[in-house]
Amino acid sequence: MTEDMMKKPRVGLFVTCLVDLFRPAVGFASVKLLEEAGCEVEVPMAQTCCGQPAYNSGDRADTIAIAKNTIESFEEYDYIVAPSGSCAGMLRKHYPGLFKGDAHWEARAAAFSAKVHELVSFLVDVMGVDRVTAAHSGSVTYHDSCSGLRELGIREQPRRLLATVSGLKIKEMRDADVCCGFGGTFCVKYPDISNRIVEEKTANIRAAGADTLIAGDLGCLMNMAGKLQREGSDIEVRHVAEVLAGMDDRPAIGRGQG
Amino acid sequence: MQITSPAFKENARAALADAQLQKALGNVREGFIDKRQRAVDALPEFDALRDSARSIKDHALAHLDLYLEAYEKKVTEAGGHVHWAETGADARAIILEICRAAGARTVTKGKSMITEEIELNHFLEKEGIRPVETDLGEYIIQLRRESPSHIIAPAVHLTKEQVEADFRRMHDHLPFARDLSEPESLLNEARRVLRAQYFMADVGITGANFLVAETGSSVIVTNEGNGDLTQILPRVHVVVASIEKIVPTLEDMGQILRVLARSATGQDMSVYTTVSTGPRRPGDPDGPDEYHVVLVDNGRSAMLGTEFQDMLRCIRCGACMNHCPVYHAVGGHAYGSVYPGPMGAVLTPSLVGVDKAGHLPNASTFCGRCEAVCPMRIPLPKMMRHWREREFSRGLNPATQRYGLRAWALFARHPRLYRLATAIAIPALSLFSAGKGRFRHLPLAGGWTKHRDMPAPEGRTFMQQWRDRDALKQGGQA
Repeated sequence: MTEDMMKKPRVGLFVTCLVDLFRPAVGFASVKLLEEAGCEVEVPMAQTCCGQPAYNSGDRADTIAIAKNTIESFEEYDYIVAPSGSCAGMLRKHYPGLFKGDAHWEARAAAFSAKVHELVSFLVDVMGVDRVTAAHSGSVTYHDSCSGLRELGIREQPRRLLATVSGLKIKEMRDADVCCGFGGTFCVKYPDISNRIVEEKTANIRAAGADTLIAGDLGCLMNMAGKLQREGSDIEVRHVAEVLAGMDDRPAIGRGQG
Repeated sequence: MQITSPAFKENARAALADAQLQKALGNVREGFIDKRQRAVDALPEFDALRDSARSIKDHALAHLDLYLEAYEKKVTEAGGHVHWAETGADARAIILEICRAAGARTVTKGKSMITEEIELNHFLEKEGIRPVETDLGEYIIQLRRESPSHIIAPAVHLTKEQVEADFRRMHDHLPFARDLSEPESLLNEARRVLRAQYFMADVGITGANFLVAETGSSVIVTNEGNGDLTQILPRVHVVVASIEKIVPTLEDMGQILRVLARSATGQDMSVYTTVSTGPRRPGDPDGPDEYHVVLVDNGRSAMLGTEFQDMLRCIRCGACMNHCPVYHAVGGHAYGSVYPGPMGAVLTPSLVGVDKAGHLPNASTFCGRCEAVCPMRIPLPKMMRHWREREFSRGLNPATQRYGLRAWALFARHPRLYRLATAIAIPALSLFSAGKGRFRHLPLAGGWTKHRDMPAPEGRTFMQQWRDRDALKQGGQA
């Protein structure tokens, strides 16, 4: 027992700001999946956001301050896992570059970044999970969020696990790998263009004929859910972790209680 | 062209409302992406070739002075002339002088983005010289007095019905009853009309896809054959090329050619690849009497050694814009500059200043598809972010954005303050949604709720709930 405990990898869960504020269920689903995979999960209280809003707005100073806080809060863990390809991409691919020329922090950031993973790819690629115990009756279509797909190479892992959910059928949409138009601050800086892009996306989602839309990033999900609802669609929208953890009994994203 | 990049938002709104344009843009989405993918899939070494192409250009850029001088020497040995132009105005003056010396009244032109960049046509017209574009797309937009909306498909913003209407209007010497309903009939008519122009032209101007230092050659790739007629038939051939077109050897050119057409149109090779070295030699069956090369800097050398140097690897294939969701939505003219799409969003601020072109590197979702398909592996999103950094450090972005960001960052930098504020605000916002789970309108989020509903927070934050769970656990264990 004690030996077992010692072998368990310690995972620091980077909840992501959107999950923390808008969809805590995704955080709890992540904890459940990680614990079932044999990890010991902790949630450092000092985390806030990965810093992308500042980073992608050209504000280097604030990004660096936020990155230092994240690294300090998480570097003790064996792994840092986030239920988001976008935030995990930021922590893994972009943090080291922030500290170019600062040897001490560059090394710390590199050591930290090497331990960062997106949730589903961590389960499959690192923990060797090949099936889940959840059930979901109905069909789902999966949207590949851009950063996860292109920065971290996440494509097969979520589909592989979803295929093991009992009762679940995957219906691929056309252009699943094309951006949904969210783009962080882009969607509020250029709302009309963002709208055109998400319209294209929701048309493809609807044409797929699935009951539920799934993706691995809450920003994209909120964008697509909001658009589907504005269009009067009754397609449910959920984070992949909710479905894989069998925690899809609560209202879908943007749906009211009961 | 008139730079309208500062009005990007207005341009974009007009483009989104233009039904004709939206129909034409469907051709970009349908036409290029699958063809490129098929060409790439058929060549297992495609990614290795990309690495090789990148290395070739990086090497050439690291020794740009050396290769340009070697190139000049070879051109001169072959009997040609090399002219150095620091700015667009310098280039125009040099070209005008060559045209005047040749007594030129008509100039034919092959497709060339650099002559768009230096606004050559407008200038020549003002000087009483008639430029005739011979590439079909360029010819169409010249008739319409427009600028190209795409770097390899200049008229991609038009439907064939619009082109038919333009031909009927401009070619009024031809019988009205003729059939112009198919793209082939439009092409044949343009060919017939242009054929006469080739023989009238005193000077032919082309761009260059490559300049080869080893041989002093300029190289163009085309699909219509118009480029060859433009550079062979007139007495004088002028090549206008920006300095980063240089590659060391013919072998290097061959390597890059293997990724160029595949990335651009999905062809293995373009129909014509034409290598020109100097004027006609005694015994040559054809070729110009005079061969000039105008080497244009126009801001390139200032990019060397900066975070934007990698942009100089660009071979103008257009794959980035073909795969860009923003380009798909608004088309090329909305960018308000010569170069649209992701490559334009990086290059244009270098050419006209980020104060004018600041919207362009901002109007990107950073989806990364451009970088994923770029044959030269140019990190386009990263460089757009570098422009945003320059903008931010110069205080060029709107005050509301800056203050909003600083306010948010104040919380994000201070976890305790952040926890406290979100623990109050988020449950309140959730209550405000009155159990509906979403907002149709939300103060300060008009950009979002104009087009879509805003999902409401579920209730208390994850961190609040986690702390309770932890406390409960510890209580239970005690």
